[in-house]
Amino acid sequence: MNTDFYITSYCNIKNNQMSLNGSLLFSDESSSFLEFIRSAYKSENTKYPKFFKMDNLSKLAFMAADVLLKNESLNTEGENNIAIVFSNKSSSLDTDRKHQESIQNKETYYPSPAVFVYTLPNICIGEISIKYKLYSENSFFIFDNFNADHLFAYSNSLLSDNKAESVLCGWVEFDDENNYEAFLYLVSKTGTLKHTKQNIITLYTR
Amino acid sequence: MDALKQELKENIIEQLNLEDMSPNDIANDDMLFGDGLGLDSIDALELIVMLDKSYGIKLTDPKEGRAIFESIDTMAAYITEHRTK
Repeated sequence: MNTDFYITSYCNIKNNQMSLNGSLLFSDESSSFLEFIRSAYKSENTKYPKFFKMDNLSKLAFMAADVLLKNESLNTEGENNIAIVFSNKSSSLDTDRKHQESIQNKETYYPSPAVFVYTLPNICIGEISIKYKLYSENSFFIFDNFNADHLFAYSNSLLSDNKAESVLCGWVEFDDENNYEAFLYLVSKTGTLKHTKQNIITLYTR
Repeated sequence: MDALKQELKENIIEQLNLEDMSPNDIANDDMLFGDGLGLDSIDALELIVMLDKSYGIKLTDPKEGRAIFESIDTMAAYITEHRTK
C-alpha cells in the first residue's frame, strides 16, 4: 500500500482557542463554549444559518472543518471527492443527555425533534458534507483515546485505493463545556509535511 | 390576538434558533416555510411540539400542519380556536 501522503493543513480547537496550522485564529477564554463557538463562527464570516441549529459536537466539528475547507478552492456547484474519517471518545453523549432530560418525567414529556436528530455522532459529518458537497466515503469511530494509528492507516487506505482525492480526518470530542477538543487535518497526495503517525501526534498535542 | 402573534414570533425565534432575527423581522403574513423564513421539516416537528407544550394542542394528523403553519396569522387563528391552556 502506498503511504506517500501529506498533511496539507490542520486545525485545533480547545480551551476556547481556535488555530489553523499552528497559528492562532480566534480566542475568547472568558466565555462559555457556546458563546466562544458563536464568536469564532462570526469571526470567520461564514454565512450558514443552519450552524445555529446544530448541537455542540456538530458546531465544533463544523467550525474546524470550515476553517480547513474554505481554503481548498472547492467546487461549489458539483461534488468534491474528499472523504471524512472522524473519531472521538464520548460519541454524541452531550446531546444524548439533553434528550434523556426531556423524556425523564411523564408530566413534562416533550422530547425535542431538533435535539433528537443529533443523538448520533456521525450527524456532524452530514452537516459538513451538506455544506461543502462532500459525497465521498465517511466514517465515525469511537475510541477510548486519540488513535493516530487508526487515522493514519484508514486515511492511507482510502487514498491508496483511490476512494478519495483527499481525506478530512481527526478527533472531534465533546463531553461537556469543560471537556471538548477538535483536531482535524487534511491528507492529500501532494504536499510538504509527510503524513506519518509521529507527525499526526505532534500536531494533535500542539 | 396581537399579543399572541408577538408571543409566537418570540417563541419561534427562540425554539428554532433563528440567530440574528427579531420579532420585527417577521411579518404576520410571511410564509414560514419555503421562500419565507426558510424553515425545514425538523422545524415543523418543533412547531408541533410547541403547540402541545405551550397551548395544549395535539395535532393528530401532521398533514394539518401545512395549513396551520403557513404564517403567524394562520397559527394565531388556529391556536385561538383550539387552545386548552
